[in-house]
Amino acid sequence: MAKVKGAIVVDVQKCKGCGVCIPACPTSVINLANEVNGKGYHYAFMEKPDECIGCSNCAIVCPDGVITVYKLKL
Amino acid sequence: MAEITLEDIIKPENLVYKKTDLLTDKELSYCPGCGHGTAHRITMEVLEELGLEERTIGVAPVGCSVLAYEFMNIDMTQAAHGRAPAVATGIKRCWPDRIVFTYQGDGDLAAIGTAETIHACNRGEKIVIIFINNGIYGMTGGQMAPTTLPGMKSSTSPFGRDVETMGNPLKMTELVAQLPGTYFVSRQAVHSPAAVRRAKKAIKKAFENQRDNKPGLSFVEIVSNCNSGWKMTPIDANKWMEENMFPFFPLGDIKVDGQLVK
Ligand SMILES: Cc1ncc(C[n+]2csc(CCOP(=O)(O)OP(=O)(O)O)c2C)c(N)n1
Ligand code: SF4
Ligand code: SF4
Ligand code: SF4
Ligand SMILES: [Mg+2]
Repeated sequence: MAKVKGAIVVDVQKCKGCGVCIPACPTSVINLANEVNGKGYHYAFMEKPDECIGCSNCAIVCPDGVITVYKLKL
Repeated sequence: MAEITLEDIIKPENLVYKKTDLLTDKELSYCPGCGHGTAHRITMEVLEELGLEERTIGVAPVGCSVLAYEFMNIDMTQAAHGRAPAVATGIKRCWPDRIVFTYQGDGDLAAIGTAETIHACNRGEKIVIIFINNGIYGMTGGQMAPTTLPGMKSSTSPFGRDVETMGNPLKMTELVAQLPGTYFVSRQAVHSPAAVRRAKKAIKKAFENQRDNKPGLSFVEIVSNCNSGWKMTPIDANKWMEENMFPFFPLGDIKVDGQLVK
């Protein structure tokens, strides 16, 4: 069993759907939603939340700084 | 053991990363995926980590980042096109105890502001210059810049830059590294997690040099994307940048502690 559990929170209304966070994630957690936000962007979300290890890679490459990262050590 | 839910993880005590408060909550005016946002953020993270935010003054340029003062939550001013190093020189000489930096695009720094850049570097002004090189005039609609690559298409070189008639691209960073007034010169990128970490280290070194009153100017280039100007998706633009920009503008330190290392 994994020793850490991570999670991200995306500020949906501020996400621009650029997708830069997707290849940055080592465990392929993120995808763009089919739905759009108020600006019409397909926002990022955790498609596979169980895989998140809380490494912050996605957050440090997000140009708009809209990702917050949490990590729980088990 | 009970199943761990998202509510168990998303708690203040488990927070590992959030946007620094040295960026305002205003929505960035940049296109989706534009490297300007990341460059802003790591600059502000460095100032926060070094505890310099209260005595730092930034100079915004003309270009897409003309509004940097709206996003960087520190004292800022904004200079006429290309003149940021001259304005920063004035501020630093009047207030030597302040930390002063410019943030400039390639059209601003390497075209209209070439003279200001070179002379501020050559005089060894004790300032930091952060240079965002996306190979194009982003703000005005993707015109050719001095940094546009040979063969690269832009709105004013629609068939690609022909060096015979349009001249060769200018490597400002290598050029200023040759000047005795520069103390630290580095070229970085912000398209991947590893690149962002290295770029942040270089920006930190630059501000530490100024904090420690080192003799000379610290210059950090960030090779960045302009997906709108290049007419690519953000992901394709980053890939194109790796394949085309990095061979011409190689990443890494060029001058450290006043000594050329490359
Ligand atoms: C004196 C003057 N000349 C020309 C312009 C038009 N102009 C505005 S931004 C710009 C180029 C900006 O390109 P760059 O510095 O590369 O910034 P980017 O938008 O690519 O980040 C130009 C030529 C101006 N505002 N002022
Ligand atoms: S990098 Fe940021 S703005 Fe871009 S899709 Fe991911 S969360 Fe949204
Ligand atoms: S924190 Fe790491 S593992 Fe979690 S979504 Fe972001 S990049 Fe992926
Ligand atoms: S035009 Fe280019 S440099 Fe300007 S915000 Fe858009 S992507 Fe960034
Ligand atoms: Mg530019």
